[in-house]
Amino acid sequence: MAKDNLKKEPLMRIVKRTKNSTISNKMAVIVRVVAILLALIVCGIFIFVLTKTNPIKVYYGMIEGAMGTNRRVWNTLRDTMILLAVSLAITPAFKMKFWNIGAEGQILVGGIATAAVMRYMGATMNGPGLFAVMIVVSIVAGMVWGIIPAIFKAQYNTNETLFTLMMNYIAIQLTSYFCIVWEAVKGSGTIGTINQETRNGWISTSFLGNIFGQFNYSINVILVIILMVVMAYYLKKTKHGYEIAVVGESENTARYAGINVKKVIIRTMAISGALCGLTGFLLVSGSSHTISTNTAGGRGFTAIIVSWLAKFNPYMMLLISFFLVFLDNGAVQIASQYGLNESASEVMTGIVLFFLIGCEFFLNYRVVFRGKHEEA
Amino acid sequence: MRKFLAVLLSVAMVLGVAGCGSSNSSTKADDTKDAATTEAASDIKVGFIFIGDENEGYTYAHVIGAKEMQEALGLSDDQIIYKWNIPENEQCYDAAVDLAEQGCNIIFSNSFGHEDYIIQAAQEYPDVQFCHATGYKAASSGLSNMHNYFTSVYQSRYVSGVVAGMKLAELYGADTDVKIGYVGAYSYAEVISGFTAYFLGVRSICPNVTMEVKYTGSWANQALEKETAEALIADGCVLISQHADTTGAASACEAAKVYDVGYNVSMMEAAPNYALTSASIKWGPYYTYATQSVINGESFETDWCRGHEDGAVWITDLNEVAVAEGTKEKVDETWAAIDDGSLKVFDTSKWTVNGETITSTANIDGYNGVEYISPDGYFMESELASAPSFQFIVDGITELNTVY
Repeated sequence: MAKDNLKKEPLMRIVKRTKNSTISNKMAVIVRVVAILLALIVCGIFIFVLTKTNPIKVYYGMIEGAMGTNRRVWNTLRDTMILLAVSLAITPAFKMKFWNIGAEGQILVGGIATAAVMRYMGATMNGPGLFAVMIVVSIVAGMVWGIIPAIFKAQYNTNETLFTLMMNYIAIQLTSYFCIVWEAVKGSGTIGTINQETRNGWISTSFLGNIFGQFNYSINVILVIILMVVMAYYLKKTKHGYEIAVVGESENTARYAGINVKKVIIRTMAISGALCGLTGFLLVSGSSHTISTNTAGGRGFTAIIVSWLAKFNPYMMLLISFFLVFLDNGAVQIASQYGLNESASEVMTGIVLFFLIGCEFFLNYRVVFRGKHEEA
Repeated sequence: MRKFLAVLLSVAMVLGVAGCGSSNSSTKADDTKDAATTEAASDIKVGFIFIGDENEGYTYAHVIGAKEMQEALGLSDDQIIYKWNIPENEQCYDAAVDLAEQGCNIIFSNSFGHEDYIIQAAQEYPDVQFCHATGYKAASSGLSNMHNYFTSVYQSRYVSGVVAGMKLAELYGADTDVKIGYVGAYSYAEVISGFTAYFLGVRSICPNVTMEVKYTGSWANQALEKETAEALIADGCVLISQHADTTGAASACEAAKVYDVGYNVSMMEAAPNYALTSASIKWGPYYTYATQSVINGESFETDWCRGHEDGAVWITDLNEVAVAEGTKEKVDETWAAIDDGSLKVFDTSKWTVNGETITSTANIDGYNGVEYISPDGYFMESELASAPSFQFIVDGITELNTVY
């Protein structure tokens, strides 16, 4: 009998962790660190097989690439802040279990709005007024892009995943349209840098120059850090934040508790879209000074990973954004230094993400081997 | 914007006169740069910013040029820093300033859309020389460390057209009126100038051939170029050429058994039986010239453009299994005529626009009041500035789409 039992039971099975078998916080941290170390080892093997160079040297090259000079530190910070801003923007929606995969499009429309203001008003006005207009229109544009699927979701229960995804394509086409309308040389498809001579509407890169050096992205950093703190407060400490959490857990519970679910959905997506639009402003005014279909650069999707990995904790998002950007910028350097193709660096980022996300599995489930019975 | 651009362009033209095409352009008036202190060849660092990598023909041709320069000047590997796959956005600026901070004395960038970012970097690093291929703003930027360079690639386009024409004459007879196809990237002067030169080359052999052009709106998109070539073939085009950077069109041609003329690199790997030749550029002469100038502490041309006579353009080896008999002789004869100046590619007696011969561009929209037609009766392509400016759609050519 016991023998039969043994035969029937698989070698191992996977069990969801219950309240009793959750992993301690300390253990969770250890698991994640081990996952990163394992990822680095696999990357090391990958690098060694490809280039026959010492992986340690290559990792050193990555650090050099992301942090090697003052300018690189600021570039890494700038990119971190943009990724963080998008992650913060989508978090309220995701916490509400509203699958907003339309951040890409919301960023783009914010960017188009900013670029339009820079082009058409940059010559006549400058200074705080111009920035105020750019910020307002980018926020409004992003908000409109976010609110449309939310209204349909709230009123007709449409599938928000598909809806927001489709909105991305419309935004991309709109961007291509404006790229052609505004192109610098007819037929070239690029509009070039806006206001190159006057730099009107460019976020200053010499703010607090005597503290941060003559070239810095301190304004971008300060803005996004403020956004991060506000978002943390909004999600944790306000009634709105609480409503978002409840709607995310269960719409029925929310309704039972007297929460106006439709209102929460629309309001939250308005905020989410508005912040994406604001990120579009940061991208166009703060670094690229142009708009193209690549302006969002996939950040709207990467941000989803950031937000989920951080378990919607804004401060964790800062760390994860930094880590991903660090990998990216470091990879550019090793591509240049060791003749590795850019794709090689993407493979490495992929390996690290695989391990990081993979380890979440072991934090939520555990493996039970044959014969070992659970102590419930 | 149009007006502004017009002013900008005309300033560029005026300043750029004497820059390009003329053989004695070492005596330039606008090169006011103080000769930097002479750098020993072993101290110099050279940076390259590329839109793609070696897997893509256009950038590959630049890499070959860079290697030639390295060998000619005896530079070691760590004196040359490459930045691969840099898109036409702020990453280009990041790459340029990063190269400058790594100590590069001269930085090259190879894509049209990089120009504004290179200018932005050039403003910040006045001691570093920045050279941008295919651009047009160096002369008007007011920066002595900003340069544009290109080659008279239209010459090699013309000769590759001759190769195509020879094949058509062999297949259908010289008085055939078959249709050929062209996969273009964008619809501005650089591309238009190229396909017109190619078309005139074909017509020099088969005067009744017509051509259809379809744009992809991208410099390098393998799948899209293949699709576009397939669409042209389905539309009845019997020979395909391209101004796009991948082997997409060539692989479509091999599959459809249609002859192909490529760009940048030989397409013989992608179309072993149907690739005839490719119009191509040799960037080595410029890279060597510019870097050597920096080593010598000399100023160098703001607008550089050279053709076949200086070894800057060529066509790749003829595919012996595919080309028509007598092609090699015809090619050599054409090169000789281009080199000695007896053959002008854009000879105004060879093409018309809406049935009319163009005698002046000064009053035509798009040329900003500049006269490009030489008293000798040809369009002075790349003689006033390095970037191409020919943008007539000549009779016999039909654009299938104009979105880009």
